[in-house]
Amino acid sequence: MNIKREDIIHLASLSNFRLNESEIDSLGHDLQDIIKYISQLDELKADDVEPTYQVFEMENVWRDDEILPQEADREALLDLTKEAKDNQIKVPKVL
Amino acid sequence: MKIANKKVTAERLVRDALDKAKHFSDYHIFTFLNEEGAIKKAREIDAKIKRGEKVGRLAGVPYALKDNFLSPEGETTASALILEGFNSPVTATSVAKLEAEGAIMIGRTNLDAFAHGSSTENSYYGPTLNSHDKTRVAGGSSGGSAVAVALNIVEFATGTDTGGSIRQPASFNGIYGLKPTYGTISRYGVVAMASSTDCIGFFTKTPEDMDLLMSIASGQDPKDMTTLPDYYNDTKKMNVSKARIGIIKDFDNNSVHPELRKALAKKVELLKSKGHEIVELKMPALKYGLAAYYILVPAELCSNLSRHDGVRYGFRSKDSKDLDSLYENTRNEGFMSENKRRIMIGNFVLSSGFYDAYFLKAAKARTLILKEYEKAFKKCDFILTPVSPNPAFKLGEKVDDPVAMYLEDVMSVSLNLAGVPGLAIPAGETKDGLSLGLQLVGPRRSDKNLVEFAKEIQ
Repeated sequence: MNIKREDIIHLASLSNFRLNESEIDSLGHDLQDIIKYISQLDELKADDVEPTYQVFEMENVWRDDEILPQEADREALLDLTKEAKDNQIKVPKVL
Repeated sequence: MKIANKKVTAERLVRDALDKAKHFSDYHIFTFLNEEGAIKKAREIDAKIKRGEKVGRLAGVPYALKDNFLSPEGETTASALILEGFNSPVTATSVAKLEAEGAIMIGRTNLDAFAHGSSTENSYYGPTLNSHDKTRVAGGSSGGSAVAVALNIVEFATGTDTGGSIRQPASFNGIYGLKPTYGTISRYGVVAMASSTDCIGFFTKTPEDMDLLMSIASGQDPKDMTTLPDYYNDTKKMNVSKARIGIIKDFDNNSVHPELRKALAKKVELLKSKGHEIVELKMPALKYGLAAYYILVPAELCSNLSRHDGVRYGFRSKDSKDLDSLYENTRNEGFMSENKRRIMIGNFVLSSGFYDAYFLKAAKARTLILKEYEKAFKKCDFILTPVSPNPAFKLGEKVDDPVAMYLEDVMSVSLNLAGVPGLAIPAGETKDGLSLGLQLVGPRRSDKNLVEFAKEIQ
């Protein structure tokens, strides 16, 4: 399939990237090459095959629903952010 | 490996390692050198030894940590700008296990940002150079770790392998590199790439060292629900002096470098002469492995990397007028081009309209690959193949052609899709002195026997 400029802009918006003009061109070119390569799966006949999403042999690993001691407390986590005030993370306006 | 004792102090071992790291600084191996922290720890161990107290199995052993493992020593950046300034308050389980045995981290090593790449050229901090030829790539994504071991700076280094990121740089630098069975070593505290294929493993100079590290790091971790109960230390030993070795006949042999084909043929002859049986295998589904991998892994990583938004930790773009532009500017400035390609491909293959043709089809291909390995391991104990089609390529040779770079992974990714272990072993050098590597592949949970077999044939 052919990737159009609008497709790249749409994918960038799904990915939360603000691409500049030259990136739209260069990523568009690269993505076209990659999609062409992965499209070789078209030739594989696999209608009756069940999909595999993970290779772990167990499922539903449960534990009791209780609060366990954590390595990092609130203060340590807030220390990681650029701006914090009154025990909260500060960001620019939402609306 | 050299372990501290009454004659050789931990401080001596650590200082030697740090001196060597500085001596080789032009190779761009380290993103951080842990000088103060390492010497402090070494002195603590030396004091214990002096007092006659019990010390761990890795007492005073200097090691290098791939910079996508979290620990409070140095920033964990995953070689990406977006994690700049991230001083982790938590420690990866694997790191905690190594340090509990007395291992001392002397530095954090360079990688392709977020482990996206096969050359360590996609690092925000610049490429790591190959240990055998400074004009060539180290391999990747764990390039810094591989070169740190190959240049004898440290006794061992950690790595992560999602599609070949331990085995390929190990083979590009002439050392051992193990990608264990999926779930063998806890992924807790390691920067996520693709959750269903990510594995933690090691680089070493000998299979004996690999054995020791695996016996320490393996096992279930309540903080990683996908870890297996320790089987490594409980493995029923097979007779590795008489093994059945599978050779895959339907790989496109013309795409493999002639000197690598020769190295494989030589190894096969050697195995035969030692009494091992050679079994020819047909594994036609493997040729779809790379395409399936470059669908499934981007799909998983685009979700895992959505957490990096500049709000809670790491880099934050300046002067954004609202929250949406803060996310977009931070991600646009903070990720490398290859990160963006993979995230966008992930969102593409998961989009409605393309999901069935790409993601679902790749998940079905994964089933076929899995079954092919299961079938193969009924006929043989291990499979022997090249790790990648070529020895180390030139710096800059493939960096502008993502598909050419992906093709380097054509022989390594299917193991990750199937969750089976692979051990890269050295296999000599080209006439120009580049190192050649092969990989031994085993069924799930055969890691211990794989390492024992590598000891047998070294």
